[in-house]
Amino acid sequence: MPEMTLIEAIRQAMDEELARDERVFIVGEDVGKRGGVFRATQGLYEKYGPKRVIDSPLAELSIVGVGIGAALYGMRPICEIQFADFIHPAFNQIVNEAAKMCYRSNGEWTVPMVIRAPYGGGIGGGLYHSQSVESFFTHVPGLKVVIPSNPEDAKGLLKAAVRDPNPVLYFEPKKGYRLIKGEVPEGEYTIPLGKAKVSRPGQDLTLITYGMTHYYALKAAEMVAAEGIETEVIDLRTLLPIDKETILQSVKKTAKALIVHEDTLTGGYGAEIAAILAEHAFMDLDAPIKRLAGPDVPAVPFSHPMQDWFMPNAQKIAAAIRELAAF
Amino acid sequence: MDVTLPEETLLEMYWIMLLSRRLDERAWALHRQGKIAFHISAIGHEAAQVGAAYAIRRGYDWIAPYYRDLTLMLALGYTPREFMLSLMGKKGDPSSGGRQMPSHWSLKRANVISHSAPVATQTSHAAGIGLAIKLRGEDKVVITTVGEGSTSQGEWYEGVNWAAVHQLPVVFIIVNNLYAISVRQEQQMAVRNAADKALGLGLPGVSADGMDFLAMYQVMKEAVERARSGGGPTIVEAKVYRITPHSSDDDDRSYRPREEVEQFKQRDPLSLARQRLEKEGLLSAQKVAELEQRAKEVVEDAVRFGESAPYPDPEEAAYPVYAEEVRHA
Repeated sequence: MPEMTLIEAIRQAMDEELARDERVFIVGEDVGKRGGVFRATQGLYEKYGPKRVIDSPLAELSIVGVGIGAALYGMRPICEIQFADFIHPAFNQIVNEAAKMCYRSNGEWTVPMVIRAPYGGGIGGGLYHSQSVESFFTHVPGLKVVIPSNPEDAKGLLKAAVRDPNPVLYFEPKKGYRLIKGEVPEGEYTIPLGKAKVSRPGQDLTLITYGMTHYYALKAAEMVAAEGIETEVIDLRTLLPIDKETILQSVKKTAKALIVHEDTLTGGYGAEIAAILAEHAFMDLDAPIKRLAGPDVPAVPFSHPMQDWFMPNAQKIAAAIRELAAF
Repeated sequence: MDVTLPEETLLEMYWIMLLSRRLDERAWALHRQGKIAFHISAIGHEAAQVGAAYAIRRGYDWIAPYYRDLTLMLALGYTPREFMLSLMGKKGDPSSGGRQMPSHWSLKRANVISHSAPVATQTSHAAGIGLAIKLRGEDKVVITTVGEGSTSQGEWYEGVNWAAVHQLPVVFIIVNNLYAISVRQEQQMAVRNAADKALGLGLPGVSADGMDFLAMYQVMKEAVERARSGGGPTIVEAKVYRITPHSSDDDDRSYRPREEVEQFKQRDPLSLARQRLEKEGLLSAQKVAELEQRAKEVVEDAVRFGESAPYPDPEEAAYPVYAEEVRHA
């Protein structure tokens, strides 16, 4: 199997879907000749031309709104929001339009569309190039929310998202674009949305996470393994709909749960997982559910010492694992 | 008459305006009787809508409407019975199966997309449909409507800008009735005509007398033909007046003088159309009486149909959240 970076896997997924289905097209800021500010669409404009890879005006709500209109007409748009931080102008289109279209028309109209956006900090991006925005959208029935953590999943999940008949938000851990490498199966494959994965088996506690923090979680699990703590790591992959079964099965086995995400703590996605565990696995727990998340400040600061203070990392996760294991 | 339309088409247009008016009046009555929860009226807007509808290829072209488009919907084949189902929140309402408030349209068989209540969100959808049509090399046209207040929204500018940049086959109709609920045009925009906004966006903008169904038809016909032949989008402003309050929950006496309302009633689009067709010898007092009688029967039938229709089962509220759950699309 060839090894590639996360962003190469994402690009390959789009390339294959553009080749497979002529209804698929890409639209966003700088996605054409520039190939995207992160180069996610590099080479696709040259290969598929200006009708399949379309540079939009600098206006996010209409990237999504135009995508919705095209999807209603039978196309399969892949909308790129340049940074997740800039998705907020499109909130109305995503939440009031895309998410509600199927329900409000009693199924007459559906919106098969993917919205891709790089998310997360640790890249010196300051308040407005570092945000994690997933929990705004995991609250919205009608949307699907996907966050991959590695190249193999990134490719298979994105191809599944393009083929899904619903609006799918696909958030990409931008710090991992070139940092995270992995083997990607040759040939055609998709990974079904809504299925979590046990990425490391263990007996002592369950660590539930997704995206960039999954990368750190595996490193942390490796660190504490040397100390004799066996961590079971779950990569959620899809946040909405959530795979309750995989989480519950693991926590019922290990009896301890640590939830890790980079997004801020209060009202973050971990709160929902904690609630699921409290409702359905309370009697199986040997310790209080623990959350490690971004601190409750408005966003990630620019200056490195302050950015590092904000960001979860392998050391912080390892410390949380030790604390929970010792309970 | 400077517009060449067959006699039967002119009479059909009049019939749709008349039917829309009588249905609308009945909706107000049903509301005052406590039989329905909400109505939002098209009274005063009928000519603009029927003029627009007859300028497109109905059943072929696409429509992204707004909530005051009852006449347009009737012209597209939406039935009075269906309107009553929607008004009463009954099972089988084709717009939403009773999920949306009345007059939040959707009619797939007529290429009418579903819209919401936050205003102007359908503008970029119209641009997106136009983009898809252009990408596929087809000759369909999209028309979309908003009130003049909605043109204050960034949503509207972004959608129109897209269509202008990409020369998309879309006609953006602004139905200017002078009021966004209570706020007059002068508090809404600094331009004299809403269509003047086209100047800043790089597409043609035309204002039409929206109280005159043939004037509106004429302007729309030109815009639709330009769009269909690859000439790009147009903004068409229909100058109308909202003869009723904004909705059944509004009282317009606090914000506009009765004299103004009375003055605009002198140019009631239905009366103007009748006068015009009478002058052409296409309508007589007897013919009008026959049409009135027919409208009365159709409205009565629709009300009876709506009242006897069942409500949705409560459990229907649980779906379809996702496309996989669609049960009777």
